[in-house]
Amino acid sequence: MSIEIRHVTKRFGDFTAVDDVSLEVASGSLTALLGPSGSGKSTLLRIVAGLEFPDCGEVLLSGRDATGLAPQKREVGFVFQHYAAFKHMTVRDNVAFGLRVRKRPKAEIAARVDELLTLVGLQAYAKRYPAQLSGGQRQRMALARALAPKPRVLLLDEPFGALDARVRAELRDWLRRLHEEVHVTTVFVTHDQEEAMEVADRVAVLNEGRLEQVASPLELYDEPASEFVMRFVGDAHRIGGRLVRPYEIALEREPDDGAVEVEVERIRVLGAEARIDLVDGSGAPLVARLRRDELEQLGLERGEILWARPERALAATAARP
Amino acid sequence: MRRFLPRVVALGYLLVVLLAPLGMVFYRTFQHGAAPVWTAISSPEAVHAFELTLLVTAIAVPLNTVFGICAAFAIVRRRFPGKGLLNAFIDLPLAISPVVVGLSLYLLYGRTGWFGSWLTAHGIQVLFAWPAIALATVFVSVPFVAREVVPTLRELGDDQEQAARTLGASGWQTFRRVTLPSIRWAVVYGVVLTTARCLGEYGAVAIVSGRVAGKTETMTLLVDDDYQNFDLSGAYAAALVLAAIAVVVLVVMTLTKPKEEAA
Repeated sequence: MSIEIRHVTKRFGDFTAVDDVSLEVASGSLTALLGPSGSGKSTLLRIVAGLEFPDCGEVLLSGRDATGLAPQKREVGFVFQHYAAFKHMTVRDNVAFGLRVRKRPKAEIAARVDELLTLVGLQAYAKRYPAQLSGGQRQRMALARALAPKPRVLLLDEPFGALDARVRAELRDWLRRLHEEVHVTTVFVTHDQEEAMEVADRVAVLNEGRLEQVASPLELYDEPASEFVMRFVGDAHRIGGRLVRPYEIALEREPDDGAVEVEVERIRVLGAEARIDLVDGSGAPLVARLRRDELEQLGLERGEILWARPERALAATAARP
Repeated sequence: MRRFLPRVVALGYLLVVLLAPLGMVFYRTFQHGAAPVWTAISSPEAVHAFELTLLVTAIAVPLNTVFGICAAFAIVRRRFPGKGLLNAFIDLPLAISPVVVGLSLYLLYGRTGWFGSWLTAHGIQVLFAWPAIALATVFVSVPFVAREVVPTLRELGDDQEQAARTLGASGWQTFRRVTLPSIRWAVVYGVVLTTARCLGEYGAVAIVSGRVAGKTETMTLLVDDDYQNFDLSGAYAAALVLAAIAVVVLVVMTLTKPKEEAA
């Protein structure tokens, strides 16, 4: 099912959470809403789910107006950051909930729940209560619960935000694979650009309630539409008035055209690559990334004065003033 | 020694303030064996008082349970003008002396009162009959369910309710399947407190009932009546029955509550 958001605005008192956002999500796609906290991404997701109602603008699901439709009539699955597990129900009853309130036949419910518990790998935990599960298991249960009634859209609000780094990486992969299997239109909210780039096939970047750019991860990285996007999606630094990615800074011992003088503040070797913290003449920090062999070849040392030259500046063309 | 101080103080206090008077009643009741006790509590006046108290409790408890849950929902989940007022009004019965409650009902439903004149004209007897006793009891037992449910509901948050809505549950289904099971112990505890208050109410009921033995006398009034008439064994026996009902309610609640939730 496709989602169409048209000129949606939502205010909470004086605060404008979502400011005239229009966005189309194609049927079957996997889209990330990316932005810092307070950028309106969660509010936008909740508006799509019917958990909030916009002050103006429209939400269309499958081309039909759903702006004022109650959440239970939208056929969406929603996954909350803190799981929102039904604490007084077993895992099995949690997953069955959406089918029970729809009064499906018992045999059908049992079959569907078994199918989903297998899908999320929780068959052995069916009789446990949420309090007896780990965070990752709870979130997988929440996913199974959201998918059980066969929603036409799956919405996830910072689904991995409360989990530790390793479980988060696992679940990311898992969500990606799940999407390939189930193919339900999926939108997830995240403040983690790496997560958005890794999982989604389209990323919508939000800032202060406004939509900055909607693009594929690659486009977003290579052709950011604004300075905000460029700085938010991967690091970016300003050298001589131009914005540059850390991988595209060449460090040289001799002055060159367009190069600026920098001092090496710190060198950190992170496995196959190294991160060089630099400061320019004005004291602004700058980060360059080199491969190990490049670093060894240069023989850099702390406190050394170098020349940093942007190899390829990003065209932050549509940058707003 | 210092380690034991808190529990010594707590237990000693309860012993002096609670258990000694109750034990005294128990002792006095059975001082001359069980026969006079039985005679006292099986007298027509006592049986009627017992029935009247149960009737009034059976009216007030369900009413205030439903109201309490509704009020708690309104206070915690909704934003509306006058919410602060509602919150304050719920506590009113705790702040106002029951005697004042009785007096205000008397003024309202008396022969010349706003409602009283109309009701009298239509031949409906409220004052000095069970409806007034029920009204007084409902009034004084309003706050307990709401006061128990509000903090539980607040702590619960609305995450689970929102999840239920997105899963296709209607408002009623969400309440019955998700919210109510989560707040049930707060409701049960509120019901127990409400019941205890209804059984024990004296001041407001004393004013509006007329205190006719065998007609408009509740258990508490009967105890007082017996006592005033120097029928001490009758007073003790009735008091014991009253205390016993309260203790049974508390014990039943404690037993039905699952171990891990009983704090």
